[in-house]
Amino acid sequence: MHPAFSVIFLTTLIGAGQGLFLALYTGQVYSLANLLPPQDGTAFYAAGSLVAVLLLALGLVASFFHLGHPERGWRAASQWRTSWLSREVILLPAFMGLVLLYAAVHHLGLTTPWLVIKDRIPVDASLVLGLLGAIASFLLYFVTAMIYASLRFLEEWHHWLTVANYTLLGLASGFTLAAAFSAWQGIDLVAFYGTWGVVFTLAAAATRLGSLYRNARIVHKSTPRTAIGIRHTEVRQRAQGFMGGSFNTREFFHGRRPATLRTVRLVFPFLTFVFPVLLLGAAYLLASPYLPLAAFAVQYAGLLGERWYFFAEARHPQNLYYQSVA
Amino acid sequence: MTQLALVIDLNVCVGCHACVTSCKEWNTSGWAGPMTDQRPYGRDPSGTFFNRVQMFEVGTFPFTETVHFPKSCLHCEDPPCVPVCPTGASYKRPDNGVVLVDYDKCIGCKYCSWACPYGAREIDEKLRVMKKCTLCIDRITDTSLPPAERKPACVLACPTSARLFGDVHDPYSEVSIAIRENGGYQLMPEWGTNPANHYLPRRKTRMQIHEDELVRADNPLKKEAPLPAAQGETLDDVAW
Amino acid sequence: MLDPTAQSDRAIGRVEVKNTTCYMCACRCGIRVTLRDGQVRHIEGNPEHPLNKGVICAKGASGIMKQYSPARLTKPLLRRAGAERGESQFEEISWEKAFDLLAERLGRIRAEDPKRFALFTGRDQMQALTGLFAKQFGTPNYAAHGGFCSVNMAAGLIYTIGGSFWEFGGPDLDRAKLFVMIGTAEDHHSNPLKIAISNFKRRGGRFISINPVRTGYSAIADEWVPIKPGTDGALLLAVIREIVNQGLYDRDYLVQYSNAAELVIDDPARADHGLFKRVEMHIEPGCFDPENKLWWDRELNVAIGTHTPGADPYLLGSFTLDDGTPVKPAFQLLRDRVQEYTPEWAEDITGIPAATIRRLAHEMGVTARDQTIELPIPWTDCWDNDHDSVVGNPVAFHAMRGMAAHSNGFHTIRALGILMTLLGTVDRPGGFRHKAPFPRPIPPCPKPPKGPEDVRPNSVLEGLPLGWPADPNDLFVDADGEPVRIDKAFSWEYPLSVHGLMHNVITNAWRGDPYRIDTLLLFMANMAWNSSMNTVKVREMLTDRDRDRDGDGEYKIPFLVVCDAFQSETVAFADLVLPDTTYLERHDALSMLDRPISEFDGPVDSVRIPVVPPTGECKPFQEVLIELGTRLGLPAFVTADGARKFRDYPDFIVNYETSPGSGIGFLAGWRGKGGEKFLKGEPNPRQWEMYAKNNCVFHYELPKSYQYMRNWNKGYLQWARAQGMTRYAEPITIHLYSEVLQKFRLAAQGRRPGKQPPQRLRKRVETFFDPLPFYHEPLETRLVDSQRYPLNAITQRPMAMYHSWDSQNAWLRQIHTHNYLFMSPRVGAANGFDDGDWVWVESPHGRVRCMCRFSEAVEPGTVWTWNAIGKAAGAWGLAPDANESRLGFLLNHLIAEELPPCESGEHVSNSDPVTGQAAWFDVRVRVSRAEPAAAASAPQFPTQRRVPGQVERRGRWQAYVAGIFGKR
Repeated sequence: MHPAFSVIFLTTLIGAGQGLFLALYTGQVYSLANLLPPQDGTAFYAAGSLVAVLLLALGLVASFFHLGHPERGWRAASQWRTSWLSREVILLPAFMGLVLLYAAVHHLGLTTPWLVIKDRIPVDASLVLGLLGAIASFLLYFVTAMIYASLRFLEEWHHWLTVANYTLLGLASGFTLAAAFSAWQGIDLVAFYGTWGVVFTLAAAATRLGSLYRNARIVHKSTPRTAIGIRHTEVRQRAQGFMGGSFNTREFFHGRRPATLRTVRLVFPFLTFVFPVLLLGAAYLLASPYLPLAAFAVQYAGLLGERWYFFAEARHPQNLYYQSVA
Repeated sequence: MTQLALVIDLNVCVGCHACVTSCKEWNTSGWAGPMTDQRPYGRDPSGTFFNRVQMFEVGTFPFTETVHFPKSCLHCEDPPCVPVCPTGASYKRPDNGVVLVDYDKCIGCKYCSWACPYGAREIDEKLRVMKKCTLCIDRITDTSLPPAERKPACVLACPTSARLFGDVHDPYSEVSIAIRENGGYQLMPEWGTNPANHYLPRRKTRMQIHEDELVRADNPLKKEAPLPAAQGETLDDVAW
Repeated sequence: MLDPTAQSDRAIGRVEVKNTTCYMCACRCGIRVTLRDGQVRHIEGNPEHPLNKGVICAKGASGIMKQYSPARLTKPLLRRAGAERGESQFEEISWEKAFDLLAERLGRIRAEDPKRFALFTGRDQMQALTGLFAKQFGTPNYAAHGGFCSVNMAAGLIYTIGGSFWEFGGPDLDRAKLFVMIGTAEDHHSNPLKIAISNFKRRGGRFISINPVRTGYSAIADEWVPIKPGTDGALLLAVIREIVNQGLYDRDYLVQYSNAAELVIDDPARADHGLFKRVEMHIEPGCFDPENKLWWDRELNVAIGTHTPGADPYLLGSFTLDDGTPVKPAFQLLRDRVQEYTPEWAEDITGIPAATIRRLAHEMGVTARDQTIELPIPWTDCWDNDHDSVVGNPVAFHAMRGMAAHSNGFHTIRALGILMTLLGTVDRPGGFRHKAPFPRPIPPCPKPPKGPEDVRPNSVLEGLPLGWPADPNDLFVDADGEPVRIDKAFSWEYPLSVHGLMHNVITNAWRGDPYRIDTLLLFMANMAWNSSMNTVKVREMLTDRDRDRDGDGEYKIPFLVVCDAFQSETVAFADLVLPDTTYLERHDALSMLDRPISEFDGPVDSVRIPVVPPTGECKPFQEVLIELGTRLGLPAFVTADGARKFRDYPDFIVNYETSPGSGIGFLAGWRGKGGEKFLKGEPNPRQWEMYAKNNCVFHYELPKSYQYMRNWNKGYLQWARAQGMTRYAEPITIHLYSEVLQKFRLAAQGRRPGKQPPQRLRKRVETFFDPLPFYHEPLETRLVDSQRYPLNAITQRPMAMYHSWDSQNAWLRQIHTHNYLFMSPRVGAANGFDDGDWVWVESPHGRVRCMCRFSEAVEPGTVWTWNAIGKAAGAWGLAPDANESRLGFLLNHLIAEELPPCESGEHVSNSDPVTGQAAWFDVRVRVSRAEPAAAASAPQFPTQRRVPGQVERRGRWQAYVAGIFGKR
């Protein structure tokens, strides 16, 4: 597939935004359970949520560049019964709304509990909103990943690892970002978030490298034989019917030399997994306020590469019909 | 239920591209158009075409088969491009099974093209909506045309009648008979899209010569030998 | 979006529907053109047209993009004073000025020396008018593109069976059981052949294709027989040997309908050796092929007149006549000739296994013998025998340029004609069938002028510019036996060059050999590009000036007029450009006087009528000729007192008669005062209307008993004579043995009175004018180091482009934007390059850089490409960096139009020595790796400028919607 930067930015930005929100809510729940000190509604929850919303909004804007007619984008909500993309189109704004409400509730201090469970757990608007948002966030991971994983003939994508990767990478980038955010705001949750960031990064590394391994070994079901229905061991295309390129050659081929792909494949795991872990570890040891930010920056750069490679490594069966020009 | 479709007979397709440009000319000024071209007189011209004719080689010299291969939307009975469309612009008509795009609803997200294993859909680069073969839905339903001409432009154009058109759900239609009698097949059956379009395979006509057909009772060489005249001594000369 | 079922396409805009005839190629299918608000909305095949029956090809369906192409010329242009030729520096002029200029110049030439005006046309089918114009002007220097294209196919078969392929005749695939197609790519009778091949296959017919490359029709053949280019003659002669030796021939057919049994004088000492023994007997006056020859009767064992009732001749044997003359039947000579052509011998030459060659011969022979068809159609032959039925042997052939475009093509094709005759398939069901006006006498009657005396100032030419020599005395040579035509046609160098030699015109004119000309008028001939060999040099010749001591600094070809509809490469070199209309904008007559679109069952001619008005100031070339003819006062175009005779071209077509009162005109349909007569009749003023009402086509179906065996069909021949289609009603006996050729041989040997070849050509004529076909290696192969150049290079035309005509077409060019050199992977392996790499392909004459494409569908000793896809930068309304010029290439640069100096002369054309057919496919090449960084083809040419009158450059996007295209 041709890696489209609009979609690469969309998915990496919202993945990080979703993860950041989950990190914030995790912090809220942990502090409710007295495992973490409570944080300031505005400086932490609201500001953090706004950062999350900013990322989500940027991602949404990026996605418009992938559309032929973004002005009709609202129509895309109508086929939620069958289309994962439609579900995402509903869920993303809904999630953004929830995050904004969450931010508002925290910022305005509307945290009077509605009820108290077992005399110890106060349930207030922010907790409820946060829970809804967390569910929405996980759902959004799932739904977004399913846009790709549901395509049964893109064999590189059609596997539970796609959902796992997407979710774990989102969580990893989100929690790393949360660590960076905390460091930036001078809030003492860097270690907490950094640890979870490392955990998710390592988990994502396992699943992502697992899918790289799998994808390199796929024996594709579609062959030139099944493409034209002639049973022979040597079926080769010579002419694809036109010579100046078409949508079929632009949208579905990465258009790079094999050496480029190999380079990206080699480099992105370091940027996405190895260096962030090292940087977070170093941040912990050195108690540096800047290293977590560096860790996020490096990880995000790596994610751009990872996402680029995600598209580039997918071999669409339609490519069998576009192998040669004559 | 009617399922209209094309049958492409690879046994007689000579790769003339008549179907490619007759489709283009019909549709660019018609309901499914315009079909734009990019850099039409420049470098690497590219354009919206619903149908392409490709060429494959099977085997190696001297046993090579050259296969001309027309490709257009197969109007799958289970079209993967329909459920994925977020706006409902991609739809399959319930009355005749033709899969179409509503340009007004299409947002050009290209998801439907990702969902098609055959590469049958493309975005019109200028108009920014998805386009594909419509089975000339505007022609086949146009009652002001004589019935014989209510066929897709490509079918009427094809000089070798390699393209047949009809209802594959009717077992006695021309297309169903062709599929049944010639071993018609679907492309990429491994994906379960159940394409309505079928292809007919190459079939060879061979000849066998028997030895005696060369010997021949009516061999004209027999008439060339001069009538034998008397040659040397015979019994008549020496015996009584 | 509108519901597609809710409204008809016809409800949009103002709709008009008109029928006319396509001209995207020379197939000339009937088309139905739908207009919307005055612009072309749709072009489809006309279901009621006999030729294409409603189908249309890729090109025909793209006519819209030809009509609205930015390459269109719309104004007459004159090269600016002081500008160099070749730089496209033009100024617009009016038609009035253009006519004045031309009339003045041509008038002067006509008054001094008419042959200094040369008119050469390319791919057109209006040779009746252009030939008429040349004859009226008085110049012999006229031809269309046939000599350059496939004259061998026409001449080889017409000199044998009285007809040929394409629109002259073809395979009867309705009834055939075995179809053998040789050397055929996409030819211009394509749509009917496609329809026929498809039906043939579906009915269970077996289709064999013999070709170095497997594309196009060959792809759907049941068997592909790869063959080395130029060796088809070897294959056919070996097949003939097998057929003859096995006795698989149709004896009765050979005896009755060919000259196989006729007795040939077989005594090398005699001056009439190799001619038929002719006896004193009554000969009809004006008889073209007197039947005063002999058979040797089997029963009576004596010589007897041919076709004596009850006679049954020997085909083999050696006899002595009463007067002591040793004679042999022609068939015996054929048998003797082919004995050395064993399948094993042919295997070495062709690359086809001997067993396959034998099997092919057996398949053809056994099918012909055992699957005979008998149609219940009574007919009478020329000897008054009544037959109850028409018999056919269902083996059909088709062949094209692959056989013709070689210097050995004439004899190869003669061999094919002989094979078709041996199998008994000429003008029979399931075999080969003629199309009117064929069959014609062997050879046909028209003759070229006899000598320089036939070219006189201010006079009509004696004879026709192109004709069919039957005898050395028919050659068009001067007292020294040297050529009179600029292309040296009908000279001893190329005696039977019945279509001229367009490929040598510019070279000869530049060199002044045989003489200098003044004005060269090219119509639809891209001779500064793909319609020439040695293109780079030809372009230089067009701009070469007389710079030597005696020269005046003028161009060696002083005045070049180019008439075309599009900005071709040749337009850049013109001094005067005349913008032609497209086929949608004019009248045309596809006439019986030229190459009509007849069917097997009878004559068919057709017309074009304008569907849209001419663009800009375009004027149909026919109108230009009529205007010029009128201004020059040429007799056919003016009345006795010199006044204008015809208003315009349509008027000319209606009212012109070949001679006053002959009743024969350009169009055969709806003649007579009320349109009640056909083929022959008075001019009908409403003839065009009647054609327009009838799908622009006239189809006359012959009665069934006239449809077969027409060479010998008394009813048909008498009818044809009565209709003015043919001069003679005598039988057209098939020339298995060609006495015509033998006459030339005898002249070369000095044993025949009359015209003699110059000394240097005696050996050449003696060698190649063999009355029976023989196999020889192409001439170029003998003169070139075939170790250094081990590969053959050929081209063929793709189905979606017609020569150089379609790069200006936005849709078609997306299919063929640039071209590759196809070759076997073995060539890459042997020379160290990979699929898609840049390579040099080099011949002894030049080299070209291009990209290669591997293919298993080509025999390993051959490389090939689609012809004419490569273009010069800036031509055809394309951007300077279009793929056609940047990546595409022209193979023509590798091919020389002349052979290296040899004993026959310093500058002999690279052509077949019999017919002057350009020997395109004889070229030998080698292929080597080129530097990939080059990334562009070579040679490149300076970008050609657009000319005044062309529409402004089209932008990045184009969306054609009829009715609103180009309007704001």
